[in-house]
Amino acid sequence: MTATVAAPETPAVRRVPVVRGYRFELVKLLTQWRVRVLIIACWLAPALFVAVVSQQASLPVDTLFGRWMHSTGWAGPLVLLGFSGSWALPLLTSLIAGDVFAAEDRLGTWRHLLVAVRSPRRIFVAKALSSLTVIVVLVIGLVVSSTVSGLLVVGNRQLIGLDGHLLSPGNAAGTVFLAWLCALAPTLALAAIGLLGSVALGRSPMGLLLPAVVALAMQIVQQLPVPVAFRLALPGYAFISWNGLFTSPAQLGPLLIGVIVSLAWTLVATGLAYFLFVRRDFTNPTHDGSGRLALTAGLLPLVVLLGVTTAAVAPVTGFGSGIDQDKVQRAVAVEFAHLYRLQTKQLNRADVTEEQLQAAAECTKGGDQVAARGPGNDWRCVVSWHIPGVAAAGSAIYQLDINPLGRYVADGDGPKEVNGFFLVRTPSGDEPNPLWQFDGNIELLPVNPKG
Amino acid sequence: MDAPPTVRARDLAKYFGEVVALDGVDLDVAPGQIHGLVGPNGAGKTTLLGLLLGLAVPDRGTLEILGTPVGRALAVPEGVAGFVDGPGLYPSMTARQNLAALAALRGDTTLDIDDAIDQVGLTDVADDRVRGFSLGMRQRLGLAAALLTKPRLLILDEPSNGLDPAGKKHVYGVLTRLAANGTAVMLSSHRMDDVEALCSEVTILSTGRVAFSGPISKLASENSELDYRVRTSDPAAARRHAADARGIRLRDQDAIQDAAQDPVQHAVQDGVEVLVISASVPALDEFVKRLVGDDIAVRELAPVVSPLEAAFLALTEQQETN
Repeated sequence: MTATVAAPETPAVRRVPVVRGYRFELVKLLTQWRVRVLIIACWLAPALFVAVVSQQASLPVDTLFGRWMHSTGWAGPLVLLGFSGSWALPLLTSLIAGDVFAAEDRLGTWRHLLVAVRSPRRIFVAKALSSLTVIVVLVIGLVVSSTVSGLLVVGNRQLIGLDGHLLSPGNAAGTVFLAWLCALAPTLALAAIGLLGSVALGRSPMGLLLPAVVALAMQIVQQLPVPVAFRLALPGYAFISWNGLFTSPAQLGPLLIGVIVSLAWTLVATGLAYFLFVRRDFTNPTHDGSGRLALTAGLLPLVVLLGVTTAAVAPVTGFGSGIDQDKVQRAVAVEFAHLYRLQTKQLNRADVTEEQLQAAAECTKGGDQVAARGPGNDWRCVVSWHIPGVAAAGSAIYQLDINPLGRYVADGDGPKEVNGFFLVRTPSGDEPNPLWQFDGNIELLPVNPKG
Repeated sequence: MDAPPTVRARDLAKYFGEVVALDGVDLDVAPGQIHGLVGPNGAGKTTLLGLLLGLAVPDRGTLEILGTPVGRALAVPEGVAGFVDGPGLYPSMTARQNLAALAALRGDTTLDIDDAIDQVGLTDVADDRVRGFSLGMRQRLGLAAALLTKPRLLILDEPSNGLDPAGKKHVYGVLTRLAANGTAVMLSSHRMDDVEALCSEVTILSTGRVAFSGPISKLASENSELDYRVRTSDPAAARRHAADARGIRLRDQDAIQDAAQDPVQHAVQDGVEVLVISASVPALDEFVKRLVGDDIAVRELAPVVSPLEAAFLALTEQQETN
């Protein structure tokens, strides 16, 4: 059957603008039950977690700032940040960015999408931006939920930094926000790796799991005695180096390197994903991305990037562990002095300044049997200090467990008047004894003692 | 003024590595025409439809769609819609949400989603998630998505897949109305009866080449001799007449047995032998007269396959042999 019709105008070729493609991708993401559950979870679960843990008698002292969850509401979002860097953020990036391209392969909708949008480049940009948007919404949920809960349940109080100095509530708020902002950089890097996996591996489950697998591999490497240059060249290091914001002065060197490395990984992985995507033959029904080109064009450049970054960072960091006796002694002495002042206030004693205390630490490793450098749980420090008007110097002993990232836990061995009890009796009731056990952080980059 | 062809393809070729998917394909589809595309598996039907949708560009030849030369991928003009390898739908969305998202993507607020859903008969399930849809319902929704854009060229790959007879009739009605309004429809199908019922012209592809392209009536007439199944009151006498008649060839015993095993033919019924003969229409007329003249009742006389299917088989077998 044929109808005779008048000749219509020749229609133009029209591509869909990125903004519309972005909205389309966002709608698709938000109609998935998995994404909805994630959003609800990220906006509610942290609040519940912080509220419940803050009410418990035992606190998560293994997690940074966990021991202060009774003392200030600002500890909650930091505990969550520590946990999120290890598990939550890699998983979130896996589930969002790792699936954003693979989902079209699974549903067989590529051709439909291409006919509608008419530009693989715009599809890529729209998908990358929409997955980034959802990830940012999830991260904001984690921050807001844990912060609001912490402030409501515990209160807007001073936060004790990783060198024992006190951060006012306002200062704590800014620093906590900055810490989460810094953690966005490695989150973006993992998201970019997720995009790459999703493009390169198609329907393969490995595409979906890639960010989580990479994050797990990085965590394992971070626990190994690898050179500090290699440690800082990994895109996940900014999940750790935000710790440096909570010392005074802030340890900005590792943080900046970590953020820059993460952003470099973000750019390179996104660029590779783009390259692979626009070269894909969508008319070939057998193509699901997991070809040799995907492996060589996706994986090898990242390995090269890791090598280049390590070489670039090495002149700044050196190839050692970054942990030596001088740094340990300085960190412990400074932190002890800050915390001693805090304890003095808690016990309503006469105030004393850090300068007056002249705290010093003498640290050894392995009972002088091994060189005093590198991580380990066999560090022992004798801290001495002076109280104005008292001739004799006080001294206290701490066992230190320093992990390869420079984070340490100092456990007091006495005397009992200083660091022997878990709680101290204060005019306002029992409080945790800040000198009984404390967390600290050793900067892995070379430092100028006078700086 | 007569409108220019909606599709004009000359000498199209497409290769996937060393595989020749299309080779020297010429195609003309006029506005308002429903054009069938048939061929065995791997003949190049999906590749050709993909080229028409702009998913790829030919490696050789020229392609004009709606009067616009298509020189690069995804550069087909506005007004082309459809699907290959199944409709692209998002199962987490409802039928309405799928179409609304598509309308928003096109940025056209005038698109009538309810009308498109109504046209394909899915109004009752418009707010159900596509996850729970049957294959036939997905096909219909895919068609609605294409109709939404008011296409001037509609490309459909196996549109009757999964459709029940009522659904098929509904979809055929939609396509017929669309064609009557000037839209060219190009559809592929494995089912000759679908093509026969719906299309005015057909292109038969075999191993990437055009075996036939033109009106269906011409195709049927090209194949002058067909196989017929004959059931009579006296099979032995009928066999003798067939052996003696001019222009009648008795199919060999294997063919008869094959025919008997074919459930479509019901060749052996109540233990009565069914004769399968090959004949042109005039020779068949003469054969029937002789049977009747000899007092033999003709209880059944039917082509083994439809004329179109016979032509299709003959052409594709010939092409593959070549």
